[in-house]
Amino acid sequence: MSPKTSNQIAISMLYVIASTIVVILAALLGYIIISGLPAISWHFLTSPARAFTSGGGVGIQLFNSFYLLILTMLISFPIALGAGIYLNEYAKQNWVTALVRSAIEILSSLPSVVVGLFGFLIFVVQFGFGFSILSGAFALTFFNLPLLTRSIEEALAAVPDAQREGGLALGLSKWETVLHIIVPAALPAILTGVILSAGRIFGEAAALIFTAGQSAPALNFTDWNPFNMASPLNPMRPAETLAVHIWKINSEGIMPDAKAISSGASAVLVISVLGFNLLARFVGHRLFKRLTAG
Amino acid sequence: MTKILETHDLHVYYGQHEALKGIDLSFEEGGITALIGPSGSSKSTYLRTLNRMNDLIPNVTVTGTIKFRDQNIYAPQTDLVTLRKEIGMVFQQPNPFPFSIYDNVAFGLKLAGEKNHERLDQVVETSLKQAAVWDEVKDHLHESALSLSGGQQQRVCIARVLAVSPQIILLDEPTSALDPISSSQIETTLLKLRTDYTIITVTHNLQQASRISDRTAFFMNGEVIEMDDTKKIFMNPARKETEDYISGRFG
Ligand SMILES: Nc1ncnc2c1ncn2[C@@H]1O[C@H](COP(=O)(O)OP(=O)(O)OP(=O)(O)O)[C@@H](O)[C@H]1O
Ligand SMILES: [Mg+2]
Repeated sequence: MSPKTSNQIAISMLYVIASTIVVILAALLGYIIISGLPAISWHFLTSPARAFTSGGGVGIQLFNSFYLLILTMLISFPIALGAGIYLNEYAKQNWVTALVRSAIEILSSLPSVVVGLFGFLIFVVQFGFGFSILSGAFALTFFNLPLLTRSIEEALAAVPDAQREGGLALGLSKWETVLHIIVPAALPAILTGVILSAGRIFGEAAALIFTAGQSAPALNFTDWNPFNMASPLNPMRPAETLAVHIWKINSEGIMPDAKAISSGASAVLVISVLGFNLLARFVGHRLFKRLTAG
Repeated sequence: MTKILETHDLHVYYGQHEALKGIDLSFEEGGITALIGPSGSSKSTYLRTLNRMNDLIPNVTVTGTIKFRDQNIYAPQTDLVTLRKEIGMVFQQPNPFPFSIYDNVAFGLKLAGEKNHERLDQVVETSLKQAAVWDEVKDHLHESALSLSGGQQQRVCIARVLAVSPQIILLDEPTSALDPISSSQIETTLLKLRTDYTIITVTHNLQQASRISDRTAFFMNGEVIEMDDTKKIFMNPARKETEDYISGRFG
C-alpha cells in the first residue's frame, strides 16, 4: 500500500470515528432537550415540587443546585488556588510533593458514590451537620478539589518562566511575583477550569444523596436571614438538588406527571451545564483578549 | 573615574561544574560594556550573578565578592528587592507582563506603593521617552503590551526597568530575538541611555559590540581573556584568543 492510500484510509477512519461521536452526542442532547422542552415553563422553573399530584415544578431544586454550587466554590476555590500555587510555584520536586500529587490523582478517581458515603460518615454523622447544604458542600469540595487543583496548577504552569524572571528582576519578592503577575496571567485558564468544574458539580447526584439529602422543604423566598429554617440561605437545611431530584423521581416518583417532570428537569440540567461550558469559553476568551489585546 | 561595580575572584558552580573560574572585573560609572565570547563561555552566568538572579537556580554556588558601590551584594544583610531595583535586567526574549503598556511601566512603582497618578503618569512618559518608544505607543497606553511588536515590547521592557530608576542595567542579548530594524532602534536607545546609566550587555553580534560599547570583555571557557576599550579589543587585542575570535576564526 502506498503511503498516500494508507494516509487516505487513516483519515477516513478518523472522520468516521469523530462523526460517530458527534452524532451520538447530538442525538443524546437533542433527545433530552426535545423531550424535556414541552415541560419547561416559568411555572415549572419557579414552583415547588409536588409529591402526589401533578403540576409540580423544580424551583426549589434549581435554587438549591445554584446555592450548593456557590457554597462549594467558596470553599474549594481558595483551597485549590492555594494548593495549585504551592505545587507549581513553591514545591520542590521530592517525595512529599510526589505523594501529594498521587493523593490528588487517587482522590480524583474516587467514584462519587464513595465520596458521598464518606461525606455522610464524616459531615452528616460525625460532625453532626445532618443532611444539609453544608454537608453537601463539603462532600462536593472533596469531589471537586482534585480536578480544580490540577487545572489551576496547569494554568499556572502554562505561564512562561520569563514572566517570573521579569518580576523577580524588577525587585519583586517571589510571593509578589506570583500574586501580581503569574496569577493574573493565568486567570483566563483558571477561570475556564472553575467554570468547567462548576458544570460537573451542578450535575452531580451520587455524592449528594447521602449528604445534602433527598428532600426539599418549602422555602420562604422573602426571608433572607440565614439562621431561619425556611430561609433559602440557611446552610443547615436539607436540600435536594436538581440532579438528585431527577434520580429520585425516576426511582420512586409517584406523581402522575413524573415522566414529564423528569424530562423537564433533565433538560434544565443539561441546558445549565451546556451554559456553563459556553460561559467558560466566552469568559476565558474575553479575559484573554482583555489581557492580551487591550 | 569611580568604580560602580567590581567582581573579585568570582567563581560560580552549577553543582560540580565550574562555570566561572575566578573573574576579576570592574566597571566604571556610565557607559556601555559589552560581554562577548563563544556560546557556553558563561557570559549569561556572569551577568546573572550581578543582580543575584542566579540565586533562583537550585545547586548554584557562588564564591568571591561582588561590590556594588561599597556594598558586598552577596553579604547576608543585602536586601534583594533594593538590589534588583538598583541593578535592573532586560532579557533576551521580550517579556512584558500581560497588562497594558502603562501598567507594565508603572508596575514597579505601583508595587512600591506609589499612588499619586500625576507622578505615575509622569514616570511612565519619561521612561517610555528614554526607551525611545513613546511616540509609537503614546496613543494606546492602555492597550495590552502583548499587542506590540517584539522590538516595541523590548523597549517597553527597558522602560519598565528605567521606571524604577536603577543605576545599572544588565541586558542579556537584548536584540538577538529581534529583526534588524528593531535591533538598531534598541541600539539607539542604549546609546542615549549610556550617559545616565551604567549598561552591561551580552551580545553575540560583534558589529553591535563595536558600534555601541565603550569597553568590551571577552569571555572564554568561564574566564575573562581580556577586557579593554572596545577600540583596542577590536583593532589591537592583546591576546591571540581574542584576535582569533574577533576575526571569526572560531566561536
Ligand atoms: N541552570 C544551569 N544549570 C547547569 N548548568 C548551567 C546552567 N546554566 C548554564 N549552565 C552551564 O554553564 C555554562 C555557561 O552557560 P551560560 O549560559 O552562562 O553561557 P553563555 O556564555 O551565556 O552562552 P550563550 O552565548 O549560548 O548564551 C555552560 O556550560 C552551561 O551548560
Ligand atoms: Mg547566554
